Amino acid sequence: MKYESQKVAYAYFAVAMGLFAIQVTGGLLAGWIYVSPNFLSELLPFNIVRMLHTNALIVWLILGFFGAAYFLIPEESEREIHSTKLAYLQLLILVVGTLGAVLTYTFNLFEGNWLLGKEGREFLEQPKWVKAGIVVAALIFLYNVSMTVLKGKKTAITNILLLGLWGLALLFLFAFYNPGNLSLDKQYWWYVVHLWVEGVWELIMASILAYLMLKLTGVDREIVEKWLYVIVAAALFSGILGTGHHYYWIGTPGYWQWIGSIFSSLEVIPFFAMMAFAFVMVWKGRRDHPNKAALLWSLGCATLAFFGAGVWGFLHTLHGVNYYTHGTQITAAHGHLAFYGAYVCLNLAIFSYAMPILKNRDPYNQVLNMGSFWLMTSGMVFMTFVLTFGGTVQTHMQRVVGDYFMDVQDQIAIFYWMRFGSGLVVVIGALLFIYSIWVPRKEVIEPGAAKTPAE
Amino acid sequence: MSDTSLIDELPGELLMWVLIISELLVFGAGLVAFMGVRLTDPAGFAEAQSHLHRTGAALNTAILVTSGYLAAQALHWRRAARRFAARLALLAAAALGVVFLIIKGAEYADKSAQGINFETHPFFMFYYLLTGFHAAHVLAGVGILLLVTWRDEPRNIEAGAQFWHMVDLVWIMLFPVIYLLG
Repeated sequence: MKYESQKVAYAYFAVAMGLFAIQVTGGLLAGWIYVSPNFLSELLPFNIVRMLHTNALIVWLILGFFGAAYFLIPEESEREIHSTKLAYLQLLILVVGTLGAVLTYTFNLFEGNWLLGKEGREFLEQPKWVKAGIVVAALIFLYNVSMTVLKGKKTAITNILLLGLWGLALLFLFAFYNPGNLSLDKQYWWYVVHLWVEGVWELIMASILAYLMLKLTGVDREIVEKWLYVIVAAALFSGILGTGHHYYWIGTPGYWQWIGSIFSSLEVIPFFAMMAFAFVMVWKGRRDHPNKAALLWSLGCATLAFFGAGVWGFLHTLHGVNYYTHGTQITAAHGHLAFYGAYVCLNLAIFSYAMPILKNRDPYNQVLNMGSFWLMTSGMVFMTFVLTFGGTVQTHMQRVVGDYFMDVQDQIAIFYWMRFGSGLVVVIGALLFIYSIWVPRKEVIEPGAAKTPAE
Repeated sequence: MSDTSLIDELPGELLMWVLIISELLVFGAGLVAFMGVRLTDPAGFAEAQSHLHRTGAALNTAILVTSGYLAAQALHWRRAARRFAARLALLAAAALGVVFLIIKGAEYADKSAQGINFETHPFFMFYYLLTGFHAAHVLAGVGILLLVTWRDEPRNIEAGAQFWHMVDLVWIMLFPVIYLLG
């Protein structure tokens, strides 16, 4: 650790990992409710569990991004963070807000209250005061990192990262606008939900990945930057109008079907470019970095993002296909692998890279960490396949044959059972990851003397 | 290392090439979709097409190609240190872009007066989408040409001309498929 203020990232990563554990546990619970629908139905209904699963995901990913920014910006800008106090205050606001949202939702406190009650909009259900807190925290963050970058060295990585983080904060403002008309509500709602994950988050992803590649492979900065700009251009070109793929059936004019189909098909390109980038950098790289786990997560991130976001997204993005598959388990399959590949793996890559440095020790726990990668990844990939097959059967029975929703759900129960099993593997993998980061103080397996070429 | 050298040999800005390829993919996909949907209703498409102004569109083709020639000439002159001539050519290219937009605008106004809109027929949905997106690029191109008239370093003019030729090229694909294909 070159700069003292990078230590801020430690707290962010710790909270993020805590929420990660809660998030996957919530997912496991939701998976169990799928196979045993009355489980906890009075105490903790499915919609609440699902909210916990999705919101905890978003919050921990964002905390990871903030932590990553606080970790890499000092190194890139070659100066300390503008104010570490503000950085901790920001984290505190986010933690209080998160607890507030969870408690309000779980116990349905302040029902209907304008300021304190939940808003009930899927993903944007946080009470208004929590949303306001998120904005305040985001403003503190932007002020803090922008000041750091402005006073220090400007690199392509920090420029793109800041662009992504500014976009993340500004687009969230749409969460405050809630039109009475349901079509308009959805139209604006996607400005947050879509333009985050298929727009500005991709900038954050590309810049963090570029930073990791720079550190892990030792490739020249100019080469990394060239790739970075191309990836970012492709992401914004396709992603912004790609929002149209959410406008097929919500009451917006028909031309969105073509705008959405064409532009969102191109969203595969930046993800393919990121995968190509990661592998080309590793092949070209001269450095044999000891942190193999971070490299594994980085390559896994780029590859699984291409398949989860790119391929599985394309699978049902054309409106002629989506007419049948909309809202089936195909969507769930895509959602799981896309988020896991693009953003979960990205965060776990930067955790794996940064935590040994922040803890001021060598990356001891490579074997456990890499084991957790294979556990989590195989669990998630299996889940994706299971949901894709289940979704295909569901699409055919429900949308083509026209069977009743609940009859079809009974027919595909076997897939839900398998999904629960794969979810269990993911949770074990996640816990193993957290254990491997925090607990072991010695290398589990001593490296052998024999020199075998890497990979 | 071959991939970087290939990219290094590319004339002009790399990112402009990324943009051009992306644009060609989008308009290409739009035209393929147009022709695909046309197969489902050839008679309806032919009837709808008869409402278009072929002469105006042909005139617009000539205007854009001339404008593109002027933009290319501007780079040539700028490199020959004929700065004033280059700027005049860029201004003329931008002005022709505006003329294109005026003719296009008259065409849209006429359609609107006939009560034709996006919903009238799939043909017109594609017509408005493709020519509308293209017109937006002409507008952006005029802005870019004016920008590089002001900031007239050769590499800026080259990037501006690259963009403008892409706008040209897209129109040359749209014109026959939408207006002429019988």
